[in-house]
Amino acid sequence: MNLSARSPRSRFRAGSLLLWAGPLLFLLLLYVFPLGSILKVGFSRAGEDAAAPLLQAWTSPITRRALWFTIWQAGLSTLLTLLLGLPGAYLFARFTFRGKRLLQALAGIPFVMPTLVVAAAFQSLLGPRGWVNLGLMNLMDVSAPPIQFSQTLGAILIAHVFYNTTIVLRTVGDFWARLDPDLTAAARSLGASAWQAATRITLPLLFPAILTAALLVFIFDFSSFGVILILGGPTFTTLEVEIFYQTTSLFNLPLAAALSVMQLVFNLALTILYTRLSNRISRPLSFRSKEITQRPLRGWGQRLAAGVAIIVIFSLLLTPLAALAVRSVTRLEPERGETRVDRGFTLDFYRALNDDARQSAFYGPPSEAIGTSLTYAAATVLLSLLLGLPAAWALAHDSDALLSRIFDPLIMLPMGTSAVTLGLGFIVALSGPPFHLSTSPLLIPFAHTLVAFPFTVRSLTPALRSIEPRLRQAAAMLGASPLKVIRYVDLPLIGRAMLVAATFAFTISLGEFGATAVIARPEYATIPIAIYRFLGQPGAMNYGQALALSTILMLVCGGGLLAIERLRIADIGEW
Amino acid sequence: MKKRFLAVLLLGLLLITACSVEPETRTLTIMTHDSFSISEEVIAAFEEQYDVDVQFLKVGDAGSALNKAILSMDAPLADVFYGVDNTFLSRALDEGLFEPYDSPMLEDIPSQFQLDPENRAIPIDYGDVCLNIDLAYFQENNLEPPDSLDDLIDPAYSGLLVVENPATSSPGMAFLLTTIGHYGDSHYLEYWEGLLANDVLIVNDWETAYYTEFSRWGGTRPIVVSYGSSPPFEMIYAEEPMQEPVTAAVTADDTCFRQIEFAGILAGTENRDLAEAWIDFMLSPTFQADLPLQMFMFPVNPSAELDDTFVEFLAIPDQPAEVSPEDIVANREAWLEAWRSIILQ
Repeated sequence: MNLSARSPRSRFRAGSLLLWAGPLLFLLLLYVFPLGSILKVGFSRAGEDAAAPLLQAWTSPITRRALWFTIWQAGLSTLLTLLLGLPGAYLFARFTFRGKRLLQALAGIPFVMPTLVVAAAFQSLLGPRGWVNLGLMNLMDVSAPPIQFSQTLGAILIAHVFYNTTIVLRTVGDFWARLDPDLTAAARSLGASAWQAATRITLPLLFPAILTAALLVFIFDFSSFGVILILGGPTFTTLEVEIFYQTTSLFNLPLAAALSVMQLVFNLALTILYTRLSNRISRPLSFRSKEITQRPLRGWGQRLAAGVAIIVIFSLLLTPLAALAVRSVTRLEPERGETRVDRGFTLDFYRALNDDARQSAFYGPPSEAIGTSLTYAAATVLLSLLLGLPAAWALAHDSDALLSRIFDPLIMLPMGTSAVTLGLGFIVALSGPPFHLSTSPLLIPFAHTLVAFPFTVRSLTPALRSIEPRLRQAAAMLGASPLKVIRYVDLPLIGRAMLVAATFAFTISLGEFGATAVIARPEYATIPIAIYRFLGQPGAMNYGQALALSTILMLVCGGGLLAIERLRIADIGEW
Repeated sequence: MKKRFLAVLLLGLLLITACSVEPETRTLTIMTHDSFSISEEVIAAFEEQYDVDVQFLKVGDAGSALNKAILSMDAPLADVFYGVDNTFLSRALDEGLFEPYDSPMLEDIPSQFQLDPENRAIPIDYGDVCLNIDLAYFQENNLEPPDSLDDLIDPAYSGLLVVENPATSSPGMAFLLTTIGHYGDSHYLEYWEGLLANDVLIVNDWETAYYTEFSRWGGTRPIVVSYGSSPPFEMIYAEEPMQEPVTAAVTADDTCFRQIEFAGILAGTENRDLAEAWIDFMLSPTFQADLPLQMFMFPVNPSAELDDTFVEFLAIPDQPAEVSPEDIVANREAWLEAWRSIILQ
């Protein structure tokens, strides 16, 4: 039905190349070139038989088990994340209620928290001496903690849901908020039951957004590193952990390269499947503004249901964060002979952050780390929108062109590529002339953009794709120039999606640790890096300062997310 | 609103670019790991003496930093690399990472630290990886603290020990080498099976072992593999001044492993003279005395003066477990793989 609308395709092709130029150049320089270089180094170290490591990777039982477990835990995590996220997305999409903006911003905070800190927070809740276990032990009058948390599959799954629910809330929630409620209303008035309307109308229309969210979450879980390492413990191995081990511990670069290729091939297959599927199911929709689609909660039934949903979702997302914040203002040292750890309020850790007790040359007050983090985050937002918009545009309006068909699945690859491998790739490829990039502070926002770029493209494409071509044709017919069509038709319609994209870019940059650690210079420490510095040393003051900085990171992230909403780049002329 | 937003972003980008402008004085670049630290005063003294700007590149943990130094050998990012320890030393030397330098300062350094006869890798500091115990736990439960590796497989100590995974953690590797040093190549796996039977907990990183599982910090395990220097640091970084230590390091014979950290001049440097000066400086009493409080490691130069808290509370093992560097070179991978296949099956 939309074929006729896309008839002037041939004219788009030259334009398509132009649109792809920026994103392509970026990906070539910061992804293809570094990755290619490090893989080349890896395989060339294998000696004469360069295929041997591939064979070894494929036949080793440890790798096979790792591959299987990687897929399995990612699938299960994604399913659980959707299960928790979709009701939340519905609530945020269709209703207005007090505190909604705040809740939405809060939901984004887990995404930026360093894994070590999150693990400690979960441990203080669910660990053998955590609040939950102590409570249960009292209640059930038993002496052994009833819940075993760390080093279980459950810990991995819960942590993944904790981190990624915000992806579902944002990606699906935004799309859902603009779906015309009249469609379901019409179905209902024609006699469809609520169930039929949901499964026959809403779900199929939502499917592209759900699929996108699922893919993003899956790839994140697939290449998950910190959660597996810290919460899962040594008995759980994913491909990413295995690559880290082979590279760092054994310096077996050929095998690490082979494993990276394995990871790549799987991700590529997955994204090709995704693009096929999503191209088939996306259709133009008339979007409605929030004023029409959202209404306040009515009646006790709705209020109760909404309350329960909020409590369930946010008790998982926010209790660990709250536990962290509480610990950062609590004295940590146990009294002699006492096993109880918490006693008394203190601001000492926050004070200590501003006091350079060690006279270290690398000391910086927290304000400096906040400034550095925010600068990188702002640069990442700008860069990833600049690169993401044209790419998303080309994908949405010219999806049949050869270039688009080739690049569509490739966009996702940087996200699913081993950070360890890519980090070494930066060193190998970008150290020497002409780039000299590997020690430049510019590389940090570049590296963050590499991870954020797929998010921006994926958030923007469905919105751009579902703009009714008739709207643009009508505008053109009424004499609007192509630029005016973009400004007055496309931009307002994708405003929300741009906001989602900006939010993702912001949080990815703020919380990113892997790539930053690879290239960071001590003068430009971000908040997560400063947190890890404290955590690496023994002593109450070090641990307390790590907790205090983590709490500051939460505040900066929450504040930043609220500010992005305020900027309303989203609502340019919303109607 | 939108314009202002863009302006702020552009300003941010400009700032980043402005920061990367190179200064005019000569620059000496030191590539090192994340734990590196130095006093402002000490580095300023060096910079003034040689009229040089010293830049540090911190590029990950000890293992990753070394890998990056090796992979950038064609276009070196720095003049000096600091932070390769004796468990990784062979990797650095085999790859030809360093140029030899017979520093005159080496005369003062005890020969036990000088593992590279060609002086490509220069010893700078050392630290012992030892069992740490939570003193309160042992007092409360009227239990003698362990004082040998054998104690750890005694049922009396069942469920008390947390160690790090040698495949992912450097103190974990050190503890594996301790067991190999004591029980030998052919029996260490039996010992580890004993540890498993005695309910040892293995975690992937030091932070989790120490801050999450160690009983002093809210966990349930009163014995942890950490550093010999951890107990004095618990005192120095206490919330309130402590009169007595709350943790202690076990320093009985053959229960610790000595990590020695080396620095070296990166092959192909264009600042050989400054790099030599830097190596001499790292061996000088000024830098050596600054080491403990900054990096938790100890000076190889015996003339460096230590902080009082260390002198009083630091326990240095007389006889750490011994594994020769040649053995580590030859067997590191085999040991790890065998350990993984038995312990993590």
